[in-house]
Amino acid sequence: MSFLARHRIILPVVSLAVLLAATFYMQPRAMSYFGLNLLFNLAVPIALATIAQMMIIMVNDIDLSLGAFVSLVACVTATFLHDTPMLGLLILMALILAYAALGALIHTLDLPAIVVTLGMSFVWGGLALFILPSPGGASPDWLRSLMTVKPPFAPMAVVASIIIAVVTHLLIMRSGIGTVLRGVGGNARSVERAGWSVIRLKALAYGLAGLFGVLAGMALVGLTTAADANIALRYTLLSIAGVILGGGEFIGGKVSPTGAVIGALTLTLAASFLSFMRLSPDWQIGAQGAILILVLTARLIFRQKGAEA
Amino acid sequence: MMISKMLLGAASVAMVAGLAQAESHMADTSGKRIALSNNYAGNSWRQAMLQTWEEVGGQAVADGVLAAADAYTTSENQATEQAAQIQNMILQGYDAIVMNAASPTALNGAVKEACDAGVTVVSFDGIVTEPCAWRIAVDFAAMGREEVDYLATRLPDGGNLLEIRGLAGVFVDDEISKGIHEGVAEHDQFEIVGSVHGDWAQDVAQKAVAGVLPSLPEIVGVVTQGGDGYGAAQAFKAAGRPTPLIVLGNRQDELQWWAEQRAANNYETLSLSIAPGVASLALWVAQQVLAGNEVPKDLTVPFLKITQDTLDESLASTPEGSVANVTYTLGDAKQVIADAQ
Repeated sequence: MSFLARHRIILPVVSLAVLLAATFYMQPRAMSYFGLNLLFNLAVPIALATIAQMMIIMVNDIDLSLGAFVSLVACVTATFLHDTPMLGLLILMALILAYAALGALIHTLDLPAIVVTLGMSFVWGGLALFILPSPGGASPDWLRSLMTVKPPFAPMAVVASIIIAVVTHLLIMRSGIGTVLRGVGGNARSVERAGWSVIRLKALAYGLAGLFGVLAGMALVGLTTAADANIALRYTLLSIAGVILGGGEFIGGKVSPTGAVIGALTLTLAASFLSFMRLSPDWQIGAQGAILILVLTARLIFRQKGAEA
Repeated sequence: MMISKMLLGAASVAMVAGLAQAESHMADTSGKRIALSNNYAGNSWRQAMLQTWEEVGGQAVADGVLAAADAYTTSENQATEQAAQIQNMILQGYDAIVMNAASPTALNGAVKEACDAGVTVVSFDGIVTEPCAWRIAVDFAAMGREEVDYLATRLPDGGNLLEIRGLAGVFVDDEISKGIHEGVAEHDQFEIVGSVHGDWAQDVAQKAVAGVLPSLPEIVGVVTQGGDGYGAAQAFKAAGRPTPLIVLGNRQDELQWWAEQRAANNYETLSLSIAPGVASLALWVAQQVLAGNEVPKDLTVPFLKITQDTLDESLASTPEGSVANVTYTLGDAKQVIADAQ
């Protein structure tokens, strides 16, 4: 195996570094504590959502309801968690449990996750509209101060990204249960033969996704100070792209938490970069796709080279 | 490149110096850069809005009133993307951000960051609630009430109404609908027997109305939010039902249809909506704030009404596929500001 194939984290890191250098070149003002925070603070909820998506992709499923789920969490956070914190907390915990139950259901009935989650996206979306029919609500004060905290040396966005990456890396790559979870994606049958209950593991993976989805929604409200029912719909696709950009694969339990966080940062930065370039909005979405394809092509080429070697 | 830019800069400074002498009461804003943050460009109204901005902003730059008036549109209509866009504008060092917001509240965090960085923020049409920003609002609820008031004058006996709403979860939709329901409460001879979401688009409205029509009793009037009247008319026609009194929303296809119906059977109605040219008003308000003038934080802009008498004139001045428009001047902006004081 070549160096690059063994260290799949290299490519995401290089993509981010190249894009960051280009952004700094175009907009030197971004090269500051204040600038970095502006550039990346909205990437924090995206990074959390990407981790949530990664948990699902890790067990060979895909979650098309994540954006709607994060929107729902944002609505709950901006209403219940703000007005009646205990009730809000209970609802958020119930949502995490619902996600875990969904994982168990998908496994027991052998349903395709893509269909179930697509269906659930309408349920989450409907609940969000029910809770917050028109945009509004307010962020709990502690959450707002958490998201606008100004740590020394590095801005909040950077510190938060590093914390998310380290914590999830320890959880998924280093811990015993993390290894088993990845095993479910790699070969569920052998994990089952080894004496593990796959249904519980799937519920755990979905529960973790629910947990990170909830964190993403809360972080988002902390940044925006309010919510609306459509606030995070784009997160579904962004999170999938983030996982893949960060070196994850759709099958086989091959994921990288650090890569996922970097993928989320890269996607956010790509949008800013295109905006700095004064590219017409008609082209921007296409250009965003082009960047994605470019990185994936690079990955494919490196992998083929690795296979030859 | 560099030299020509410098020459251009010098020329505009010289020009502005001349202007400043002529209009000494106006503080100099020739070095100020304004950005337009727009969240959506996918309908005729927004296209007309962007066009107006380009014309008026381009002219202001050419006249040396402003250094730049750049328009940015997010590639998708999402508050999170627009928040990122605003943060980018802060980084790009704009002096003012004029915005049509995807959400009245979800952008408050980004708007506050802009204010804290010393950037003037003016929101219009889709306004933001953050206190540090200026708001150029339309009284959408009054627009809804006016529709029902008009129906009451035309149909004193009342009857069943069909309501076509906009995009669910957007506050403009809530406001107009609230006004309509207030109007119906006031004129109790009317009853809303059906309500569908037309998303401010003719095709969506047509499908939605066609879907609900078979289950509805006789409809005497349709209250709309703009961009949906023509679709509703087509749905009624396809179902073979008599065309009710449809309140329109200033779109060219709606006006065209109205003119045809008027020629065919003396159809009479009312059309009202907010003019996309409000972007130019917001531009001038931002310029006034940058010039150091006292501007109240909350301004209102009247909506553009088209009646049977002004139909021909409006239709003639509205390009195909667009929406009836007015362009506001600096004088108009000063008038709106004075009215609010």
